[in-house]
Amino acid sequence: MPLAARPGPLAALSAVYAGQLSRAKAARGPLLFVATLQSVGILLLLRGVVDERSSLTAQQVVAGSSVLVVAFVALNLLAQRFGMLRGSGALDHYAALPVPPAAVVLGTAASYATFTLPGAVATAVFGCLLYGLPLTHLWVLVLVLPLAGASLAGLGALLGLLAPRPELATVAGQLGMSAVLFLGIIPAHRMPEALQILRALVPSTYAADALARSLGPHPDGGLLVRDLLICAAVAVVALTAASAAFRKAVRR
Amino acid sequence: MGGGTTGASMVGDAVAPPASAATAVPAVALEQLSRTHKGRRGSADVLATDAVSLTVGSGEVFGLLGPNGAGKTTLVRQLVGVLRPDSGRVRLLGHDVTRDPSLAGRLVAYLAQEEPALVELPVGLAVETTGRLRGLSRTAARSARDALLEELGLTGIAGRPMTKLSGGQRRLAQVATALVGDRPLLVLDEPTTGLDPVARRAVWDALARRRATTTVVLVTHNVLEAETVLDRVAVLDAGRVIACDTPGRLKALVSDDVRLELVWRAEPPYDDPTVALLHARSTVNGRRWSARLPQAEAREALGRLTGGPAFAALDDFTLATPSLEDVYLALGGRNSDLDRG
Repeated sequence: MPLAARPGPLAALSAVYAGQLSRAKAARGPLLFVATLQSVGILLLLRGVVDERSSLTAQQVVAGSSVLVVAFVALNLLAQRFGMLRGSGALDHYAALPVPPAAVVLGTAASYATFTLPGAVATAVFGCLLYGLPLTHLWVLVLVLPLAGASLAGLGALLGLLAPRPELATVAGQLGMSAVLFLGIIPAHRMPEALQILRALVPSTYAADALARSLGPHPDGGLLVRDLLICAAVAVVALTAASAAFRKAVRR
Repeated sequence: MGGGTTGASMVGDAVAPPASAATAVPAVALEQLSRTHKGRRGSADVLATDAVSLTVGSGEVFGLLGPNGAGKTTLVRQLVGVLRPDSGRVRLLGHDVTRDPSLAGRLVAYLAQEEPALVELPVGLAVETTGRLRGLSRTAARSARDALLEELGLTGIAGRPMTKLSGGQRRLAQVATALVGDRPLLVLDEPTTGLDPVARRAVWDALARRRATTTVVLVTHNVLEAETVLDRVAVLDAGRVIACDTPGRLKALVSDDVRLELVWRAEPPYDDPTVALLHARSTVNGRRWSARLPQAEAREALGRLTGGPAFAALDDFTLATPSLEDVYLALGGRNSDLDRG
């Protein structure tokens, strides 16, 4: 008996992506609202604290808040989602289909990342207006958000798939989001050295830094490219590791 | 238990499928498959699959029957390549899927007992997505989706998320996701659990329509289902196949017996010798007693009961020919929670 066809990697990816996108449609509104509200709230709260003359701090606060929207959905919610799918045995459905694990992980991660786009853009624009920062280089978001989304979603999927129990996946996702919040919003030069080291290890840092740079009056193109490349590298590593974790989670 | 004629049905080694299928490559060939579940937190390891060898012929509707915990699900998860056996081999339609589990998805469609990852999708999209993940083009997946929803009577709820459906409708929708893509081998883990009789019939009919091209391995703990739709059935207990044959031949193992069921409306008169005898021989469940007895003995006991003073306390009684449940118990099966519905 000959083997039946299997979908090409791209066809599998797009089928998973389309399915997941529609799944989240119902929950999209409230979730995005919460994610965006949280970041906008932080922007408003810190407005009273941030020194009018410190553009660097304002840039970091706006960039960090914008990336936080991505972290909320791609890291926190995706970790929960994969933790739940793994715990309930629902992944068997995918495992018994002739699709590469990477397509399932990437498709799901991409659909979560997609949801964050409107909220992250809205937060960035609102932040720039609130803190009087130029909107000129906001186009950088087009690069920053997908890369931040890919790396944080990869990390979220990895946490969810590695966690031995769904509750631990939830805790890990929330801790990860807190790390993104504190390390991304507080400017590096205001941190103690130990925290600066930790900051360098969190992938969202580079997305936040790239965006923060672009909000300044004269962005340094070289540093911007460096940050984005690091972001991309982390995304590749995180998604590869998540695909391996998926394979391990379903073929026990 | 039955006599010498039953020896051929007992399983220690693999049981051959019917002669018509024996010439072709078997759809499923399991060789000495074993798998242990590691005990959690100090509890002992459990041998969930114990050296199981089985052959399912091409085109058969083959059943795995057994109570909860018998190892049916663990066995089929190894069969479809989502669980690795500790030892032994699985061949599907001539392909060794133990060596390369990724081949399984190209040969078999699996309906798991658990809710699938796509359960939050609208019914139509879940079927279409699964079709595309089985390699269908977008157009082919859509037309397969429409045909399947029509066939199973789901067209009216195509746009509703599975989570918003009743348990039975949801299960039926999951059956549709298993059927899309026309795999030559279907492995269905309790496909009709929670279905009403009409939906259950729809599933059986859908399987019947695919007989010419499809082999079905069906896990069930429903005796009626096993007796009506299966060509052959393997009875599982504690990870081992304790019998494997056609439902009719298995029932012949206990054909000298009948099942006597009694329901008491009041406290049974235990001082009546017939009542005392039946009590000793029955599985007692509140006021319901159930005993498997040789035919003559059952008739005689029932005669004494209905003709004597104990009849006043008797609410209802039935005398039935043995079912596969009786086969299971006669073969030494332990706790029986098989569903007779």
